[in-house]
Amino acid sequence: MPKQTPSQTVGPYFAYGLTPQPYGREGIADGRVVDRTLSGAALAGHRITVTGRVLDGAKAPVIDAMIEIWQADAQGRYAHPADGREASFHGFGRTGTDGEGAFRIETIKPGPVAGADARPQAPHLNVAVFARGMPNHAYTRVYFSDETAANEADMVLNLVGPDRRNTLVAMLEKTAGGPVYRFDIRLQGEDETVFFDA
Amino acid sequence: MRPNTPYTPRDWDSHPPYIVPDYRSTLLRGPKKPLIPLPHSLSELTGPVFGHDVVGPLDHDLTRNGVVNAEPLGERIIVTGKVMDEAGRPVPHTLVELWQANAAGRYVHRWDQHAAPLDPNFFGGGRTMTDAEGRYRFITIKPGAYPWGNHHNAWRPNHIHFSLFGPSFVTRLVTQMYFPGDPLLAFDPIYQGIPESARERLVSRFSLDVTEPMMALGYEFDIVLRGPRATPIDED
Ligand SMILES: [Fe+2]
Repeated sequence: MPKQTPSQTVGPYFAYGLTPQPYGREGIADGRVVDRTLSGAALAGHRITVTGRVLDGAKAPVIDAMIEIWQADAQGRYAHPADGREASFHGFGRTGTDGEGAFRIETIKPGPVAGADARPQAPHLNVAVFARGMPNHAYTRVYFSDETAANEADMVLNLVGPDRRNTLVAMLEKTAGGPVYRFDIRLQGEDETVFFDA
Repeated sequence: MRPNTPYTPRDWDSHPPYIVPDYRSTLLRGPKKPLIPLPHSLSELTGPVFGHDVVGPLDHDLTRNGVVNAEPLGERIIVTGKVMDEAGRPVPHTLVELWQANAAGRYVHRWDQHAAPLDPNFFGGGRTMTDAEGRYRFITIKPGAYPWGNHHNAWRPNHIHFSLFGPSFVTRLVTQMYFPGDPLLAFDPIYQGIPESARERLVSRFSLDVTEPMMALGYEFDIVLRGPRATPIDED
């Protein structure tokens, strides 16, 4: 049987290949999982912004990281044959971090998706983090601070020790521009973000 | 494949650890707490599906997709291979993205300060979809080696960066393809960080069959992604 091809870092120079918009090239995605210009069915659900910084073990900003988002629509449907239902949008986003290590995702708050135990999971974004200095990408999830009851019942959050669960919960801040969830990704350290062997 | 079969886990005998001490920037960027195993739900069994609409007609041909007024400089090569899962089944119609330095070892990236010339006719980024048999094919220029700041006299071996999706978010893979016989492989902490028994999977094979007369040398690089967990019949 063939064995898995080893992973390698994206390195420092992935931007013109994977997030090439600043180089005048079209990319396959950007930080707008749901584009501001979309309307109609794709807009069903609550528009949100998720923003935060990627920090290293010395709390320094990681200015050359890439964040990918994969998510369900507001009805909890994934645009994929394994789901089988018609989702209202594609559900994939990708963005680099800026000079402050910050990223920004504009999307729709996802609906609940059935868990491995068939019970509904709390709404969440699936996240992959890539960077120079990361031989493998890291998987995490973004949960939402205003989903207290759903989060308490969530199977995956309950796999995480209570002292670390908060690293997976984005904090809601109501702003004039709409709801903004704050989610920092700490690659290492005391308050290291929970990463999954997904 | 049954749609709700979980995927095999990442094989940590194949992948480098998060922290490779000789690759210095891993020291502060690698998670140190244990990863939490995640039972697969639809969140893991699904992933982005791309159509041919994200691939332009020249996207697979890096000798043409950056041309301003002449052909790019360097040695033309063809890089082709098969994307498959761990049971050897092809992964059809999946997106393959690629980026690399030019023949002089210089990236178009704004931060690359290496004192080697940019080639105005070479961009260095491309993408394609695998066909129904999981095959992909790029035409490009052999990338040059380049220095980096990891340690005194550190040079990256010639390499091409690859990014693949496969059928789900958990089959995602970013890797690098190397070239056979490269003397720098022995000194490269990024390559050497891979478990020894798995390293050579990233070294492409020279192929005279892929080589095109009077046109370009051919290299083959097959890629194995995580697959659906074996059915009881296949389990050993
Ligand atoms: Fe590179």
